[in-house]
Amino acid sequence: MSSDKKKKKKMSLSKKHGLMGYLFIMPWLIGFIWFYLRSLILSLEFSFSNLTVNPGGGYSLEFVGLQNYLYAFRAHATYKQVLTTSVGNMLIDVPLITFFSLFMAMLLNRKFKGRTLVRAIFFLPVILNSGAIMDAMALARAMMSGGISSASAEMAQAASGSGMGVMYYVQMFGSLGIPDVVIEYLAGAVSRISDIINASGVQIIIFIAALQSIPGSMYEVAKIEGATAYETFWKVTFPMIMPHIITNVVYTVVDSFTQSEVVELAYDTAFSEMNYGLSSVFSLVSTVITCLILVVVCGLIQKRTFYYN
Amino acid sequence: MAKVTKMNQGRKLDIKAGYESLKADKQFANDRIRWMGNLKSFILALFQIIIIVGICYVILGPIIGIISSSFFSDADNYNPMVYLIPQEPTLERYKIAMQYLNYWKTMAASLIYSLSLMVIQVIICSMVGYGFARFNFPFKKVLFACVVVMIVVPTNTIMLPLYMTFAKFDVLGIVSAVKGAPVNLLSTPIPMYIMTLFGCGLRSGLYIYIFNQFFRGLPKEIEEAAFMDGAGTWYTYFRIMLINALPSVVTVAIFSMVWQYNDTFYAKLFLISDNIVISKKISTIEASISNVEKILDPNILELFLDAGIVLIMIPIVIIYVALQKQFIEGVERSGIVG
Repeated sequence: MSSDKKKKKKMSLSKKHGLMGYLFIMPWLIGFIWFYLRSLILSLEFSFSNLTVNPGGGYSLEFVGLQNYLYAFRAHATYKQVLTTSVGNMLIDVPLITFFSLFMAMLLNRKFKGRTLVRAIFFLPVILNSGAIMDAMALARAMMSGGISSASAEMAQAASGSGMGVMYYVQMFGSLGIPDVVIEYLAGAVSRISDIINASGVQIIIFIAALQSIPGSMYEVAKIEGATAYETFWKVTFPMIMPHIITNVVYTVVDSFTQSEVVELAYDTAFSEMNYGLSSVFSLVSTVITCLILVVVCGLIQKRTFYYN
Repeated sequence: MAKVTKMNQGRKLDIKAGYESLKADKQFANDRIRWMGNLKSFILALFQIIIIVGICYVILGPIIGIISSSFFSDADNYNPMVYLIPQEPTLERYKIAMQYLNYWKTMAASLIYSLSLMVIQVIICSMVGYGFARFNFPFKKVLFACVVVMIVVPTNTIMLPLYMTFAKFDVLGIVSAVKGAPVNLLSTPIPMYIMTLFGCGLRSGLYIYIFNQFFRGLPKEIEEAAFMDGAGTWYTYFRIMLINALPSVVTVAIFSMVWQYNDTFYAKLFLISDNIVISKKISTIEASISNVEKILDPNILELFLDAGIVLIMIPIVIIYVALQKQFIEGVERSGIVG
């Protein structure tokens, strides 16, 4: 009898605890169901129907099946192209940003004078991350590098291939026997260096924090065992920050997707052309593609990830 | 001290000279190795400085360009000899940009808007993060996966239903029962407040994740001690845990403040008036100046835009510089790193 009572009491305590937990997450839970879950389902519904806005407010749906999807992929003028460029850019950018930010984090993790200042500067692009500011910055960047006249002069030079333009180096590397794909990739990377720097503020900070969380004793052991700096990096540093590489890849993919042209196209289709069904198709398809990329990439990295704890 | 080192140096020189004359190579070889090591580290340091300075230039260059060209007069703009330093600096750009932005009023309104949303974000997201970190309840893993879904699914996927929801706003028929019909909340900031209040504001998923990771890292003994001393759950949370979470509170506060201030996506979606959202107003400043002042040269209009951008950057930069140290330390110590 008494043991039964005890059991009951214990269960009620843990139940109470669980209830408290639900109380804490309640606002988010309501919001998630109300805004996210409902909206995702509605979006799916819109994508299968023809939506017309009634004059008195509200809307009516007419089920049309796969027609919107077929239109997006067969008839729409720019969607396929915009989608492939966006996904392509994402696939190019993600490894570049990840390695660049890892490299910069290792550089900034060393002790030197003015380290705080440099870290603050590296984080500025995240702080000034606004559409209008970014556009103006891009223009200002073009002006800083010598204005329109010099830019066009450079382009002319590059086109003729005679001077020390970009094309000169491309041809030089080509004649060295490096495959075209690699050269194109590198040329693209160099020409977008400022975009990459601007997009890697958060990632650098994450990597710096990860580097600082590696226990110093590991490096001591490596040193005593006679490992070179190169070996230390691949055997100690790299495995230890592997979990954070996943974090950074996820962040980068989502970030580059939200700023891509697909989003703009979907927005314009909905609010300028008033074609809500098609816009839902655009958003959903690109979201599914992003999620697939995330799953594949994370799966690939996770296989090689070593968890310290 | 100085004398001793001098003497040592003298002795060293003597020894070195002696060794050189003897051509005994053991000590000499050691010296050479040390010298090579120094050279190597010097070259590495030089390499590091060059890269860091270069990248800082890439980041700061356009900002310097914007600031300098906001002082250009018409003559400077047309003079190809002028680069960065104007010959006849003028404050005209700032005057007109301020007038068209209605600067003080709009700035105050948008600061109040983003600050109030920031406070809500910090309270709600920390609460939810704490709930996930410290309590065990059924479906916890599934629900936390939903938080990750919130981070991963871009907002533009759900923008249409959100727009519809707030165009005809009704909660389980209560609003229409009171007012007679569903209300249209668009073109007011209320939708943003409602969404933030229910933990679905701008990047709330990320903030919940940050708080969750941070609270999980705190020792459980703190709460046990509080419980033994008779503190209730809410008291423990507000008076003990939230104070301990200061690094992540600072991080989330700055992130949400700055991103809210810069956000134009939600402002455009909910048609929030640009008298409240200054970063939305800046995007139309060129057109309105061109219409009213009859300035047709896009290069000159660009100068007004530059002045306007400097004006809207000032408050964020001030906040960032003031809290920069805590912020970066906060990001490093708090939960972003899982």
